[in-house]
This record gives sequence, C-alpha cells and structure tokens, in this order.
Amino acid sequence: MPLVLWVPASLALALVVLPVVGLLVRTDYANLPELLTSPSASNALRLSLLTAGLSTVACVVLGVPLAVVLARYRGRAVRVLRAVVLLPLVLPPVVGGLALLYLLGRNGFLGYLLDVTAGVRVPLTTAAVVVAQTFVAMPFLVVSLEGALRGAGDRYERVAATLGAGPWTVFRRVTVPLLLPALGSGAVLSFARALGEFGATITFAGSLEGVTRTLPLEVYNQAQTDVDSAVALALLLVVVAVVVIVLARPRALEGVRA
Amino acid sequence: MRRSSGRGLIALLVAGLTAAACTTPSEDGSATLTVFAAASLTEPFAALERRFEDTHPGVDVLLNLDGSPTLAQQIIEGAPVDVFASADEATMRQVVSAGAVEGRPATFATNTLTIAVAPGNPHRIRGLADLAEPGLTVVVCAPRVPCGAATERVQRAAGVELTPASEEQNVKAVLAKVEAGVADAGLVYKTDVTARRRVEAVPFPESRQAVNTYPIATLAGAPRPGLAREFTELVLGEVGSRELSEAGFGTP
Repeated sequence: MPLVLWVPASLALALVVLPVVGLLVRTDYANLPELLTSPSASNALRLSLLTAGLSTVACVVLGVPLAVVLARYRGRAVRVLRAVVLLPLVLPPVVGGLALLYLLGRNGFLGYLLDVTAGVRVPLTTAAVVVAQTFVAMPFLVVSLEGALRGAGDRYERVAATLGAGPWTVFRRVTVPLLLPALGSGAVLSFARALGEFGATITFAGSLEGVTRTLPLEVYNQAQTDVDSAVALALLLVVVAVVVIVLARPRALEGVRA
Repeated sequence: MRRSSGRGLIALLVAGLTAAACTTPSEDGSATLTVFAAASLTEPFAALERRFEDTHPGVDVLLNLDGSPTLAQQIIEGAPVDVFASADEATMRQVVSAGAVEGRPATFATNTLTIAVAPGNPHRIRGLADLAEPGLTVVVCAPRVPCGAATERVQRAAGVELTPASEEQNVKAVLAKVEAGVADAGLVYKTDVTARRRVEAVPFPESRQAVNTYPIATLAGAPRPGLAREFTELVLGEVGSRELSEAGFGTP
C-alpha cells in the first residue's frame, strides 16, 4: 500500500472522529444521568427503539422478497427497478418525507382512499414514523441481500430444482439459508439507519412526545433552548448507534460475500 | 490520467477552501452581509434584502431563516453573523447576555397569532375553543420556540387546552402541515397567512393577550459592522416599516 494514502485516510478518519470528540468534550457529565432519565428523554428513547424495531421487521418482510426478485430476474425492467429501490439512499430525507406526505396525506390519493374507505389517517401517527423509517432504511437491506445473492450465484437453486424441489421449497431450503449472514448485517444496518432517521420523520410524522418524537427529533427540540440536554441525548444516540454497528460488524464485513 | 484528475481534485479543494476563507475581506468592494432572521420574517426580509442589494452594489445579503432559538444558539456558538432579528425578546435576551450583541437591540415589529385553516374553512372553526373539539387535527409550535410560547399564552388567556397532533420547531412547519392538508388547523402568526393563498386565517380575540415583539441587533462579532448598522437602520426606518406592515406586521 502506498504510504501517501495515510494522509487522506487520516483526514477521512478525523472527519468522522473529531465531531464525536467535540460532542464528548461538550457533554455535561455531572448532570448526565439526570438529563438522560428525564421523562421526555426516556419517552423518546423508548419510541425510537420501538419504531426502529418495527421498521426493521418491515424491511425484512418486504425487502427479502424484493432482493430475491432483483437478484434473480434479468432484463431492463429489473435494472430500472433497482435504480428506483436505491432512490431513498440518495434522496434528501426531507424530500422523502414530502413524497410520503403527498401520497398518504389527506390530499394524497392513497391517503384520501384510506381516509374515505377505512377512516385511517397515517400522517402524524406512530405508524407514520415506522413508514418513514422503513422508506429510508429498506435500501440498506436490499443492497446487502442482493449483493450476497449475486455473489452466491443460482447454481444451488438450479440443482435443487433439477432434483425435484418446488419453487417454494427451493426458496425456503436453499435461498434463505444462503441469505442468512447478509440478512443479519442488512437488518442491523437498517435498524441503525431507522434509529437515526430525522428529516422524513419530522416532515411526514411531525413531532409529539411519546407519539412521534423519536430520539433525533427530541435532540432537535432540546437544542432550541437546552443545549446540555440536547448534547446528552446526542451522546446517547451515538452510543446506541456504535453498539449496533459493533454488534453487526463482523457480519457486515463478510456478509456481503458470504 | 488518474494522477492528473487526483491533482485536479486537490486543486479544486484548495481553491474551495481559500474561497471560503476569503469571502469576508474584500478588495473590490464586494462583500457578504450575513443576516439571521426568524422564519416568520421570510417575506418582508426577502424584500428588504433586494432593496439593500440594489442600493449597495457588490454587497450580497445572505439571509438565514429559521426558528429564533436555533439561530440564537448558532450565534452564541460563534457563527460569523452581522445582524440578528428575533421573533421574541426572550430569545434576544439570551444573545445579549452571551455578550454577542453590540449596543442595544431595537424593536421593529409586532405579530399576533391566528388560526390557519384550509381555504373555505371546511370545519367551520370560529375561535380557539373550536380547536379543542375531538377529532380535529391541530398542529402548533413547540413551547420552546417563540410562536409556541405565544400559543401557550393564548391558551391560558382563553382557558382552552389544546391536544395538538404535533409540535413543530418553527411556524413555517406548522403552516406547511396545514397547507398539505395533514392538519385541519394550526396556530401560526397572522403574517404567515397573509403571505400564503392556500390557507385562510380565522382571527380570535385572545390573540391580543400574546403579542410578540421583534427585536433586531447588530452583533458584536459582525464581520461587516458598517453594513450591519446600515441594514439594521433600513429595517428600523421608513422602508422597513412599510415592507413589514405590508406583510401584516404591527408597529411596536
């Protein structure tokens, strides 16, 4: 490896590490327990863990079939589809929130339909938080799974099929076990992304304690007047994210090729 | 080929950093004036920005609009800002006590709350008490921002307790939720509705109990103190008060 790579590599590392150090320096450690156990903080943490968990489940239930479709079918339509699936990765989250609002809001066609037929209103509810988080987190799962599926190829599946296994048996007994390592890392990545979601949530779900105000939104709310408490919460968010990433790390590194 | 593009990238980076470092000092008379203003001032300050730029060739007014406390925090943390216009006096006091203001803030406008509803007022809302009806989706400002503090004051004055579906961080976000049809009603400033056609205002008498006063100040660390004072004078002067009253603001 050329030694000169160390210069940009250190700069890159500094860009990630130094802001976190800034946060650590600013933290009011004496009052940390008090700041973190306030009702608004614990409500936000509970809501965050609940919604991120639910969106991870949604990502797995919906994302696994999608990844299989993307990896196993060829043709131009699938290529276009893949670009669309990756869209939430590159869209500003606020744009995602607006898009959801104009689909599921009362003026949106699906939102109108839901309201008129079932009396269901999604925006400004906990369900809206889950929808927003699933929207931004799903591509992470689909990308890891699709990579794993393509890496593994489909020869096991073809062999299983020639031995007389039906499509459902092949999916259950061959495809899913092949996917498991990548599924683990993809699910953890989705969880982490859902946990940090801000823009789509505040735009689509709003901000109300205990209902839609997740940890990132509570940090934003506290930052208006009480910086110490915002910093404490931000630290909590960093700790949770680091724990999640460390748990997923070994698989995240190998999972894509497993 | 690879190498040269890498070098180009570095050159670009260096050029970018140098440009960023050099925006304030100037040799050819061009300068940037940074103005932080409450989100509710969006329309009149955009007009004042144009007027100031017309009379000061080469000067670019950079307008940053957000919730007043957010802007105040950024100023206290040392953002290089020339002028700060807040939507209430409490927020300005924080900036003053942090030693970030030069001289004394001057008040230049007042604002009161109103109820924003969809055009035609489909839910036939007539006053604050109607917002407490169950089944109505109401959005307000969070108590931590000036419009939220005013919201709490009018609720106390009217003896009404609202159960909002969301507490937003600035008044424009409340308005956006009403415009998008997600909320049936929202408490916003009178001036916000004047500027928009997709919502209608329902005035209510208790709004007089919560008049927000807007102070403006030149900042102690202003990179362009001379221009900062001129801009402040423009806002406080005749041109400023005309633009502000056209936008629906009151005079202090």
